[in-house]
Amino acid sequence: MKQVLINTLKTYKRMLPLMFGILLLINLLSPFLKNYYATIFTGNYFLDPLIGALVGSISFGIPITSFIISGELLKEGVSLLAVSAFILTWSTVGVAMLPLEISFLGKRFAIYRNLINFLFGIIIAILTILTLNLIT
Amino acid sequence: MKKENKKISKPLVFMLSVLGLYAILFVFNKYLIMEAFINTIILFFKLLPILLLVFIISVATNYYLKGDKVKKHLGHESGIKGWVYAMISGILISGPPYILYPLLGDLKKSGMKDSLLAVFLYNRNVKIPFIPVMIYYFGLAFTVIMSIYIVIFSVFNGLVIGRITKK
Repeated sequence: MKQVLINTLKTYKRMLPLMFGILLLINLLSPFLKNYYATIFTGNYFLDPLIGALVGSISFGIPITSFIISGELLKEGVSLLAVSAFILTWSTVGVAMLPLEISFLGKRFAIYRNLINFLFGIIIAILTILTLNLIT
Repeated sequence: MKKENKKISKPLVFMLSVLGLYAILFVFNKYLIMEAFINTIILFFKLLPILLLVFIISVATNYYLKGDKVKKHLGHESGIKGWVYAMISGILISGPPYILYPLLGDLKKSGMKDSLLAVFLYNRNVKIPFIPVMIYYFGLAFTVIMSIYIVIFSVFNGLVIGRITKK
């Protein structure tokens, strides 16, 4: 048990400074990103989901924040498709957390997982809107 | 001569570099930097109880779940059951994914398949505690449809990742 405890503590000793550093960086960049959310969407039905997915990928925070921002974006006239891609990549793609993910789960796994999640974010957004339009 | 062992780790160098950046930017905009720093401290303290819980789970997992058990339930021989375990646990376990990385890293070392790690992480996007908020903003139909697609695509995610990371 003692050895297990020591090993786990060693893991956390490695994780905590990295996590704290990333949180510091994110809190530094977030205010700038928030100001640009509404202005970077073009109104283009094809381009906006891609922009939504890109912005969601580099954004960070608890999911509820993405819902609140999305609600505001919808009010600004941004399409639900773009907002869906934004919500999905917000929680499935973690560019900011990539160093931490690589450190624990491996470079190949982390990079491919994030790339696939980015692509899936757009596909699921399209499928969700198509299904929603079909049933309503 | 005694060899110097006190080498600074890369994560610590990273954290100190960011703190250095804060110190430089503080000269230009005190208010912004102070706000960012305080927000980080607040967020970090909010995360501490979850971190502590994950630490306890990590210790328990490392102690009770030896390599052979992990391999049996979540390894290459786990079959359909392994996928179901990964899906359900992904949906049920809450907290930011980065807090779970050490635990998942340990499980991977013990033999958990990459495909199941991907399935677990993708299903974490069906966030049960946030479903009411999602319904409030986007409606019930949207929430249900998106959640179903997330679960379905978690399987594709696992299959693709499993194939890519397979050596």
